[in-house]
Amino acid sequence: MTEHILRMSGITKTFPGVKALQDVNLSVRRGEIHAICGENGAGKSTLMKVLSGVYPHGDYEGEIFFEGERCEFGGIRDSEHAGIVIIHQELALSPQLSIAENIFLGNERAKRGFIDWNRTNYEAAELMKRVGLRENPTTPISDIGVGKQQLVEIAKALSKEVRLLILDEPTAALNDDDSAHLLDLLRGLRDEGITCVIISHKLNEVTAIADAVTIIRDGRTIETLDMAADAVTEDRIISGMVGRALDNRFPPHEPTIGEEALRVEDWTVYSPSQPDRKVVDSAALTLRRGEIVGLAGLMGAGRTELAMSLFGRTYGVRISGKVFKDGKPVEIRNVQDAINHGLAYASEDRKRYGLNLIEDIKRNISAAGLRGLARRGWVNENEEYRIAEEFHRSMNIKAPSVNSVVGQLSGGNQQKVVLSKWIMTEPDVLILDEPTRGIDVGAKYEIYTIINQLADQGKAVLVISSELPELLGLCDRIYTLSEGRITGEVPRQEATQESLMHLMTKGQE
Amino acid sequence: MTTLTAGRVGLPAKYLPVLVTGCLLAAMFVAGGIRYEGFASGQVILNVFIDNAFLLVVAVGMTFVILTGGIDLSVGSVVALSTMISASLMAGPGWPPYLVVPLVLVIGSGLGLVMGYIVHAFDIQPFIVTLAGMFLARGLCYTIGTDSIPIEDPAFTAFAQSRIDLFADMWISPSVIVALVVVGVAAYVLHYTRFGRAVYATGGSEQSALLMGLPVGRTKITVYTVSGFCSALGGVLLSFYMLSGYGLHAVGMELDAIAAVVIGGTLLTGGSGFLLGTVLGVLVLGLIQTIISFEGTLSSWWTKIFIGMLLFVFILLQRLFSARSRR
Repeated sequence: MTEHILRMSGITKTFPGVKALQDVNLSVRRGEIHAICGENGAGKSTLMKVLSGVYPHGDYEGEIFFEGERCEFGGIRDSEHAGIVIIHQELALSPQLSIAENIFLGNERAKRGFIDWNRTNYEAAELMKRVGLRENPTTPISDIGVGKQQLVEIAKALSKEVRLLILDEPTAALNDDDSAHLLDLLRGLRDEGITCVIISHKLNEVTAIADAVTIIRDGRTIETLDMAADAVTEDRIISGMVGRALDNRFPPHEPTIGEEALRVEDWTVYSPSQPDRKVVDSAALTLRRGEIVGLAGLMGAGRTELAMSLFGRTYGVRISGKVFKDGKPVEIRNVQDAINHGLAYASEDRKRYGLNLIEDIKRNISAAGLRGLARRGWVNENEEYRIAEEFHRSMNIKAPSVNSVVGQLSGGNQQKVVLSKWIMTEPDVLILDEPTRGIDVGAKYEIYTIINQLADQGKAVLVISSELPELLGLCDRIYTLSEGRITGEVPRQEATQESLMHLMTKGQE
Repeated sequence: MTTLTAGRVGLPAKYLPVLVTGCLLAAMFVAGGIRYEGFASGQVILNVFIDNAFLLVVAVGMTFVILTGGIDLSVGSVVALSTMISASLMAGPGWPPYLVVPLVLVIGSGLGLVMGYIVHAFDIQPFIVTLAGMFLARGLCYTIGTDSIPIEDPAFTAFAQSRIDLFADMWISPSVIVALVVVGVAAYVLHYTRFGRAVYATGGSEQSALLMGLPVGRTKITVYTVSGFCSALGGVLLSFYMLSGYGLHAVGMELDAIAAVVIGGTLLTGGSGFLLGTVLGVLVLGLIQTIISFEGTLSSWWTKIFIGMLLFVFILLQRLFSARSRR
């Protein structure tokens, strides 16, 4: 019996164009709860996918030793066979099947090829008792809440005789009671001898439950800390997560800040899938002309939800609150209203929500502002072509012509098409959700320059980003969002990565 | 950043399926001309138009629906219902054609409007909604009558049987003119209006279209209305061709129309395709029938076998095409 149940060494994983993981080392001791912390996109989930065989052996470099043996997993089945079970953030349950059926899915309790229902439900009930889930095993998954679904996932893992349980953001979608229950359960499992690896953004949970923490930044292991021996605090973790130097990746910009353009008050939004969960909680923001404002928050903080609910109620239910445009109250009921009031929203997922990938550049650029190009419904194609050509040149979109299909462009050029589309609608307020996600460094600089130009033209820009250096380098003022609430508003001069991270991880009092 | 090119010419990938269908059509015509005497004449092509004018009109409506990513299974039944209503109103109460035809068009459009509204308002798959519409319209035919009703209105039959002479002894029927006008108008609407743009954008990515502020709901309702209108018009053209109304007319025509649209290179998932492709698709189907009738010894169900094989080929082609462009 070795002291370490798991040792990953020298893991390097490359995606086309990006090194997601670079020489990562992770050692997990037997019977501990080991937390992995890092910013969005630091490589935590990729590392867990390497471990669980989602990326099969040969797809990455480096070695994995589990229980002292070298492992070469070809898929999830192999890693599960070895006793490693991963529970993803998006739960993988079949909603119409019962709890018991889900627990034994792919692992059915059968006799001569036929399901033994008595044994299925009996054993399911036993497992449910172990995880503290008081429900009937025959209840369909869709009838129980997310917190209980999480428990079903754990019961399912237990049914596979798990030795190493990996949980990716297990409490992200849970309310406080369910979170507390889950953490208790994890402590109980540790006492039974099950080792847990937990990925979490909630640092208070990490300090409360973990025995050790490994910090990952930009695809590299920074350090592994023993919680007790090193007396680790939230501050200590934060400085490990963000310690990155700002360099001149940002074009210089002197803002000329004018009148208030958009003010939002008491904005509350509920989740459409769980109508009793507040996703945005009485948020208030002010954007002024010529100003670039940042919105910082970790995954699940409600950034995109806030932006989309403002942009014509495209997300959420039971939305309440007030919106003022140029000081006057306005009612925005749908996207067309939002565009008419001078709002524009560039989605974080530009492929799904921002572009028609099978259509060409010019028609993507003209799509939102078609009204200005048409007379009595007839589109002026010459004018459309002329305007598209203008953007092609001024935005420096690298494509053979405006007739090129958007799906074949690189990420940076796709983003330029999205920005052109919105600039064409002549907005006063632009909300840019992760404007540089998946874009290489050179193109990022171009996007920043465009954002600065937009502000210089007197537009208000709200930039949502997971990358703190980006916000610090670009924005004049930064709001922080945590669990749906605005937890801070910091001018650029006073903001540091540490101070922002503090505000972003601030939990419910 | 590679542009899929056809040969040396820098042709955008979206024209490739239409080009393939066009080449196929030309190849079939040349092969027919070599193999059969009297095949390689203009009139053979014109006959394909004459015999398939109604299918062409129906396929135009289907193209709108498929471009938004939907499907309309009701078209065959609406065609039959249109022939039935026309025939019964002219035979029974003796209504004049200039009253009957507009009424039929209104009924067809109305059925489409209702189906489109249900698809949009209740967010139900178009497959189910139009399947229900298909049964409903077919059933309504039999409430009018179970037998074939002949059309004997003199004005109607005179129009139906008139020939429009072209040069060199060639001729077409008025139906062909109607069908070509429909194609022309539809192509213009699809390519030069905001509505046309919304059709492509909805099919390309409904989520994106919504966030661009395009009227996705109104567009969906409109395409089913257009399809209903085209089906009714197709029904009128079919009653010119058959000079009767019958509940068993146009059984399975919805599948012919879908096949024509797909062979014409329109993506079944929506967002990509051209009306020209649909015209070529209808011609390919018509030419297969012509070749089989020239062959003489082959039974007519060989048509189905060829259509089946062609569909496989084109669906595979689309798969390759969309896999490349998604990268």
